[in-house]
Amino acid sequence: MAQDAPRFHVPAPHVRPGDTPDFSHFELQPAGEAKRPDTSVPGMETRDLALGLIGVLDHNHQAVGEWDPKLQPDVLREGLRHMVLTRVYDDRMLKLQRQGKMSFYMKSTGEEAVAVAGAMGLGKDEMVFPSYRQQGILFARGRDIVDMMCHCISNSRDNLKGRQLPVHYTWAEGNFFSISGNLATQFPQAVGYALGCRYKGDGQIAASWIGEGSTAEGDFHGALVLASTYKAPVILNVVNNQWAISTFHGIASGEAPTFAAKGLGYGLASLRVDGNDFLAVYAATQWAAERARKGHGATVIETFTYRADAHSTSDDPSGYRPKGENEKWPLGDPIARLKNHLIGLGEWDEDRHAALEKELNELVIASYKEAERYGTLHDGPLSPVESIFEDVYAEQDWRLRRQRQDLGV
Amino acid sequence: MNMIQALNSALDVTMDRDPDVVSFGEDAGYFGGVFRVTANLQKKYGLDRSFDAPINEAAIVAMAIGMAAKGLKPVAEIQFADYIFPGLDQIVSELSRIRYRTAGQFTVPVTIRTPCGGGIRGGQTHSMSPEAFFTQIPGVQVVMPSNPYDAKGLLISAIESPDPVIFFEPKRLYNGPFEGHSGGALASWGKHPKGEVPEGHFTVPIGKAEVVREGKDVTIVAYGTLVLVAQAAAERAGVDAEVIDLKTLVPYDIETIARSVNKSGRCIVAQEAPRTSGFAAELAAQLQEECFYALEAPIQRVTGWDTPYPHAHEWSYFPGPERFINAMHAVLEA
Ligand SMILES: Cc1ncc(C[n+]2csc(CCOP(=O)(O)OP(=O)(O)O)c2C)c(N)n1
Ligand SMILES: [Mg+2]
Repeated sequence: MAQDAPRFHVPAPHVRPGDTPDFSHFELQPAGEAKRPDTSVPGMETRDLALGLIGVLDHNHQAVGEWDPKLQPDVLREGLRHMVLTRVYDDRMLKLQRQGKMSFYMKSTGEEAVAVAGAMGLGKDEMVFPSYRQQGILFARGRDIVDMMCHCISNSRDNLKGRQLPVHYTWAEGNFFSISGNLATQFPQAVGYALGCRYKGDGQIAASWIGEGSTAEGDFHGALVLASTYKAPVILNVVNNQWAISTFHGIASGEAPTFAAKGLGYGLASLRVDGNDFLAVYAATQWAAERARKGHGATVIETFTYRADAHSTSDDPSGYRPKGENEKWPLGDPIARLKNHLIGLGEWDEDRHAALEKELNELVIASYKEAERYGTLHDGPLSPVESIFEDVYAEQDWRLRRQRQDLGV
Repeated sequence: MNMIQALNSALDVTMDRDPDVVSFGEDAGYFGGVFRVTANLQKKYGLDRSFDAPINEAAIVAMAIGMAAKGLKPVAEIQFADYIFPGLDQIVSELSRIRYRTAGQFTVPVTIRTPCGGGIRGGQTHSMSPEAFFTQIPGVQVVMPSNPYDAKGLLISAIESPDPVIFFEPKRLYNGPFEGHSGGALASWGKHPKGEVPEGHFTVPIGKAEVVREGKDVTIVAYGTLVLVAQAAAERAGVDAEVIDLKTLVPYDIETIARSVNKSGRCIVAQEAPRTSGFAAELAAQLQEECFYALEAPIQRVTGWDTPYPHAHEWSYFPGPERFINAMHAVLEA
């Protein structure tokens, strides 16, 4: 039977289902306070930045402090558009999954700024090794929505030939590597790619994203060792959305004060950023990209955010966290914050915002109609059956040829 | 009981009897596992007996080894068999060899539970059947049940075993029996005789196969999901096939299968995993050594293809009843 007290420490979140959401224990450095050092700063001198929180948008939705990237209103509106599109797309895809149109789906709701501002701060030419929750990068890079949907419904136009689960995109043309279902594997790969960039001398850099839960994997630590040892031109983003399926961030962090602080242990420049602040994520990414390009090495960026929805369509968060936690998230919603900032600048208004949402909703609905013309998972057409034997190797050997015959295709 | 409840019951029974049994894994503590196999154990036995682990399969296996060396009986869950590979070094180089390399001074009776197999549209990273890799590791036992009754009895045996066990749970069978037809309603273990599972302690021995369908014309050796598929295929084809549920891959029950093959003279060996170097190859090789003069036809394999598990075309990969029927015809007509 249960002991009175556990015999060793097992961390538990402050609140559980039935409790009132409560983030009062979080100590968050106010926007505008963090200093912005030169991008050549030695890694260890970023200690305050790894333990603090880089924020630009304050409570009044104004851009404050040294990290303000001072973006033109057009750029801000573009970012807002990509984030709204990401959310609208996610919402629609979830509905379609519920209707049986695809086998599985994963939303990025609440985390749109991480991917969109990260991608925009980086630029389109750099290589990205994302996890499964950065679909916003694809929108920021202008990928065709119909193509994205064709992948998710595994139809005849799926560029991955029905081989991957939905949302596990690949888009070589957009410098977007293959998303793996195996956590953390992309992190050291990105370092290798970045070293390849140095080797080739073409000036390209690489960036990767990993969930905070996945930082427990050996591959995370391997990536940091490599990046530090070889001063790789790479940006290593830890998306701390507080949850790894049902386990809260404390299971991965233990006694570590922040996830960014883990980078310090490897001597890497390490920043902790308000992940729901478009401007802060943009600015931190720009900083890290400049550092990489100038040969000063890698940066670890923890984006502090909240997974507002379920882990995936296979998950129901009501079993492990209080309902309504996302509404209590102290750093708000990334879309609302950028929108209010633009309104404050006199560069946006509610009517334009409503019109944007309507336009993007219609775009997504029309795109899905078009995508379905290339087939659906259930009714086909799919990629030809014989394609399951292709791309295992460059050439099919006798085994695969014979097996294909056995299948009668 | 369905298979999830049966496995949960096995953990409950052993944790209740033996205070040294502990259970852990990713999402396996508070929430009770993504498939709910460890549900309610934390509430019942406390945070230090059923707990969430960080996402690091190597560390999970290694922690189990350390705990076992101290005298605990750890049951570690790897969330999907497809994610066991980061832990492979700890299994191959450590877990399996501790008894041998310490000349028995240390033993590490760890159980590693992990859901395997396809048929749930899980794509290449939620569908693998990697059991053959583990049969190449001297020092670990490898088990895969095909129904709730065996799942409970074998898991209790695994936890009580003095040696490490890799315990594969065919996830397609968690919620109901499956005969290999992709469409149609989910069947229920409620109406299946092997869904009747005693509440209390009982064991199903490791190392013993079972003849689940008697027949004289051909022997089909299968394990996990394919046991039910083979039985259904034999019914459908109207072939007098003897179907053997292997249950344990290491050490496998050569006596039961050889006896059957010596009688029938024809044999099909089956696995869901890719064909090359799969466990069916081991069975075929051993059976031809044991039964060569009784064989009237070459042994046939029914397997997955030598490709990753596809997502959209999962049912073209899965070795369903058609492939069994073709193989039966092939061995019977030879
Ligand atoms: C190697 C490996 N182990 C386990 C899993 C199962 N799994 C999938 S997602 C997930 C949680 C990941 O959480 P986190 O890294 O925080 O990313 P998030 O989902 O929050 O974006 C787990 C355990 C996996 N996909 N790969
Ligand atoms: Mg997370």
